[in-house]
Amino acid sequence: MPILSIRNVSKLFGPNAAQGVKLLEQGYNKEKLAKEKQITVGVNQVNMDIEPGEIFVIMGLSGSGKSTLVRMFNRLIDPTAGQVLVHGKDLMKMNAEQLREVRRKTISMVFQKFALFPHRTVIENVEYGLEIQKVEKSKRYAKAKQSLELVGLKGWEDKMPDELSGGMQQRVGLARALANDPEVLLMDEAFSALDPLIRRDMQDELLDLQEKMKKTIIFITHDLDEALRIGDRIALMRDGEVVQIGTPEEILIQPANRYVQRFVEDVDLSKVLTASHVMRRPETITPDRGPRVALELMRERAVSNLFVIDRGKRLLGAITAEDASRAVREKLSIEDILIPGCPVCPPDRLIGEMFELSSTSPIPISVVDEENRLMGVVVRGSLLGAMAGEVENEGGYTRAE
Amino acid sequence: MPNNIIAAEMPKLPIAKWVDSAVDWMSIHLEGLFDGIAVTIEEIVEFFTSVFTFPHPILFILILAVIAYFAGKWKLSLFTVLGFLLIWNLGYWDATMSTLALVLTSGFISIVIGIPIGILCAKSRGASSIITPLLDFMQTMPAFVYLLPAVTFFSLGVVPGVIASIIFAIPPTIRLTNLGIKQVSGELVEAADAFGSTGAQKLFKVQLPLAMPTILAGINQTIMLSLSMVVIASMIGAQGIGVEVYRAVTQLHIGQGFEAGLAVVVLAIVLDRLSQNIFKPARKRRKAQ
Repeated sequence: MPILSIRNVSKLFGPNAAQGVKLLEQGYNKEKLAKEKQITVGVNQVNMDIEPGEIFVIMGLSGSGKSTLVRMFNRLIDPTAGQVLVHGKDLMKMNAEQLREVRRKTISMVFQKFALFPHRTVIENVEYGLEIQKVEKSKRYAKAKQSLELVGLKGWEDKMPDELSGGMQQRVGLARALANDPEVLLMDEAFSALDPLIRRDMQDELLDLQEKMKKTIIFITHDLDEALRIGDRIALMRDGEVVQIGTPEEILIQPANRYVQRFVEDVDLSKVLTASHVMRRPETITPDRGPRVALELMRERAVSNLFVIDRGKRLLGAITAEDASRAVREKLSIEDILIPGCPVCPPDRLIGEMFELSSTSPIPISVVDEENRLMGVVVRGSLLGAMAGEVENEGGYTRAE
Repeated sequence: MPNNIIAAEMPKLPIAKWVDSAVDWMSIHLEGLFDGIAVTIEEIVEFFTSVFTFPHPILFILILAVIAYFAGKWKLSLFTVLGFLLIWNLGYWDATMSTLALVLTSGFISIVIGIPIGILCAKSRGASSIITPLLDFMQTMPAFVYLLPAVTFFSLGVVPGVIASIIFAIPPTIRLTNLGIKQVSGELVEAADAFGSTGAQKLFKVQLPLAMPTILAGINQTIMLSLSMVVIASMIGAQGIGVEVYRAVTQLHIGQGFEAGLAVVVLAIVLDRLSQNIFKPARKRRKAQ
């Protein structure tokens, strides 16, 4: 069951916003609504399910409604319409007491500009969430200290926030959110105010932390690279609507429409696509066949080498056309001309890391699983093609039209 | 004189009459309330006066000097000692102590009433839209005008003086409390909410501490304004240094008026610097930890 379900959530601004929702459902478009009723649509009928333990990235440019949307997940902003279900319970139907309980125990938040309390020391900031729950002083101190240690800020407890660098301040923000031991972390552009190198480090650390803690993280960003780097799934937003929800690969390879396509055009694909995205079906032969059959096969498929596999599809090696014709002349078997040490890689190898291997070997790289079973081959041409944005995957979508 | 012609043709609004009858009604029906207020204020003034006049002037000056030293610099301490020695020397010691008691009474009551009203203004737009014009009214209405109803309700003496001072001096505390709370960054308020703070927790743990420098500036203004009003209030029988000034002026004793005025200035400077600095070192110490 999803930990957080968003059902038809809309946020409209202006007089008579509630009426605006009905008009939207009747097919009024946003321009007409703005012109005739002075109603602005911030978030328009968004649906999403967030599963426990995933990093769910909500991505969009500024003004796409992502920050408004995430503030409705803990009701810092009240939706105009729709439901926000936490463990199946509607946040909108809760009274103030129940809502506070959700904010204290279930959902914590990390803010773009850190939002540390400047009049409190680092440890007092981290303690805040527990303090307002009236957790005993020594207990909350220990918990806060542990949380600070987790983000690598041991020894900074008694500093004031303004004595820390930006990156460290955001670590405090993260520690403060973690001290409550929430199930869900809302991170609103949490790393956007940091400079690029620090941001990279923080992303890595977040992934490390996530390995250990298995929280559900909802991460807001306007940076596609960041989204692709850390997201298990990405929801792409535009003008208050969700355009596409999918894994990073799905967004890149099967963009739902031209907007997504334009958006992902400039992505450095070599850092996103993997061997499994660009591999082709291999031409194979089993070693009990003769070299004549092998030559015939190669001519038929117009390739210059074949991969030799056993009955269990395990890769034994490769043979070239040259060797095969020599074998026919000298009456050798396939096993005699087998090149056993041909280059291999796992399916999740990034294509950016495959160029060197590919350029030093005359034989295409074979993609194998953990049991050395041949899954496909990657030829130099498809590596280059992928970098240029053409991915030919079975049933896939070609990005460049 | 076209304006007068129009005024002559139209029936005049009887505002003066309304105010008079409202004042009459209140002095009859709210007598008990006013008596209660009068007694409270008298008690507070008496308490402060007895505290200030109890020690020998030398001892009092020393205590003030120590407070001044801790509130800021040795310069302020030195000025306090010299200034108060001068007041003692000129023979205005008792009058100055009475004035100090009046100022602190009206300052104290202004703070006690003003800060909660300021908080109310910050929290509720409705309250703010009613109270803000009221504050404008209180600050721009000539002070003498509400000296009179104060006398009607509380007769001559200390009490109407304090009341008039409060009316005149309370607006900065209200305004700056309101402003200070509103100036707390939206993200910090959001953070407080996002962690599940109750309204009171948000107010006392986040908003008020962050608004404190602004609120203190308001309190400082309130104290200065009530000092200036206390001098005027001597016209309706409030005791203190104002009486000396008033007497000197009405009798054209220029030199005497200057001396009494000097005592007011010394008191004003010391009160201003003390109220500005008294909370600052606490924060500095905290930072140095």
